[in-house]
Amino acid sequence: MTSYKINKTYGEINDKIKKGDAVVVTAEEIIDIVKEQGPVTAAENVDVVTTGTFAPMCSSGVFINIGQFKPVIRTTKTWFNNVPAYSGVAAVDCFLGATATSEDDPLNKLHPGEFNYGGGHVIHDLVAGKKINLRAESYGTDCYPNRRIEKTITINDLPQAVMCNPRNGYQNYNCAINRSDKIKYTYMGTLKPGIGNANYSTSGQLSPLLNDPFFKTIGIGTRIFLGGAQGYVTWSGTQCKKDVQRSLNGVPLTPAGTIFVMGNLKEMSPEWLVGQSIRGYGVSLSVGLGIPIPILNEEMVKYTAISDDEIFTQIIDYGYDYQQGISKSYGQVSYAELKSGFITIKGEKIQTVPLSSMIKARKIADLLKSSIKRGKFLLGEPQQMF
Amino acid sequence: MYSKILILYFPPVVAQNAVVCYLTKKFDLIFNILGARVSNKKDGYMVLELRGTKSNYQKGVSFLKDQGVRVSTAEQEIWRDMEKCTHCGACTAVCPTGALSIKRPEMEVIFDQEKCSVCELCIFTCPTRAMGLYSKNTDEMMV
Ligand code: SF4
Ligand code: SF4
Repeated sequence: MTSYKINKTYGEINDKIKKGDAVVVTAEEIIDIVKEQGPVTAAENVDVVTTGTFAPMCSSGVFINIGQFKPVIRTTKTWFNNVPAYSGVAAVDCFLGATATSEDDPLNKLHPGEFNYGGGHVIHDLVAGKKINLRAESYGTDCYPNRRIEKTITINDLPQAVMCNPRNGYQNYNCAINRSDKIKYTYMGTLKPGIGNANYSTSGQLSPLLNDPFFKTIGIGTRIFLGGAQGYVTWSGTQCKKDVQRSLNGVPLTPAGTIFVMGNLKEMSPEWLVGQSIRGYGVSLSVGLGIPIPILNEEMVKYTAISDDEIFTQIIDYGYDYQQGISKSYGQVSYAELKSGFITIKGEKIQTVPLSSMIKARKIADLLKSSIKRGKFLLGEPQQMF
Repeated sequence: MYSKILILYFPPVVAQNAVVCYLTKKFDLIFNILGARVSNKKDGYMVLELRGTKSNYQKGVSFLKDQGVRVSTAEQEIWRDMEKCTHCGACTAVCPTGALSIKRPEMEVIFDQEKCSVCELCIFTCPTRAMGLYSKNTDEMMV
């Protein structure tokens, strides 16, 4: 059992938040505070560190109940603005996934496809309050005779719309290059041939899961900022891996942990859920996600104080290797190097390209900070750790 | 797919609509009329968006010229919709002129129209569709 000099509980921190006394800083601000004060004093002074990230998160979607019709229907196929939603659940329930493409999308027939509209865009339009064409079909049963409905709806007409994202907030991710002689259109953006650029996607020192590398405070029940509303971590995410190589500071060197998150779509905002058209790849949804990290002790404050120069990732080739399931690293780079605009691979200076918005990530961390300070956002104590 | 906005000036003798329809029939080009003044007695003009393969586009334009139509390209420029831009940075991978660049350390994406060559590469690379092609003088011409 490690013993700490500073020991705070979730309850104590929440009491401070309720009184408006909690000291809250962002994961960027904490870096200098720990440098100046040292971890013990910093942990004594600071109660919560806020994080944020805004990037395409393909494993996102919404469980929707469309309400009943007269005569009643047991939907087997459902479309929103011609984007299909999975309907193999009860009567008028369905799951609209962020990467579902519109039925008439030409996809990659004319490569690289444009992918102008899909699930991510429907989700954005729903939270923006726009009118949506809803259509559903059924084979008809004795109890549910209706076979087809069509209606114009807005999010207010839906009894329930619950965001349910099985894999969000990837703890670290590859830096992508293209060693082939052809341009590649990937989920990591456009990659020019002959290592023309190096793309990466992270908010680095502000990134939620990089600030709690061992999931010491993030578990089932952690309250989070999700799409502009308060949501929850409801499980560990799909492909979540804890058994990975790490730096001495504990931060994974490769893609590692993920979280399963949920929240009420009806409370979310179009600013933080933005449909994405990724050229040659498909549609997706950029999700605004932020997690408050409670400073329970000096160990937690040390984790949150990591900076871009101490977070590393691997350079992976999406020209030949990735397609074949090869994950050979062409070098290890820090996010400080990646954010500088150039990295050096085999003596060549390569332009770096971010895909994750730091401007938005910072805004999320700031929003979360101010709502905690104002007593509007309480910490959710995890009921079970991963 | 190639696409350009053109301004066509028709002398009085040329039947405007018939000539334009030939672009589709003969050269497999898709057109979209953005503005027009049609007249049988005086000369008329038409602002047209033309889409198709590059070689068909070129053939179509020389066909128009053979018919006595004066063709000029609308001055076009690229604009960024600041409401839409999320400052993700994806566009900086393809911008060849540095018109789209990143201001550090803030990591804000800057668009410098002076440096833009209107190559249009950013339009479909931007996942949020914040970059768009606009005709410089469309407003004036449509009046
Ligand atoms: S049109 Fe070309 S030069 Fe202009 S901003 Fe877009 S990519 Fe850059
Ligand atoms: S790709 Fe689009 S949204 Fe992203 S920074 Fe460029 S213009 Fe803005």
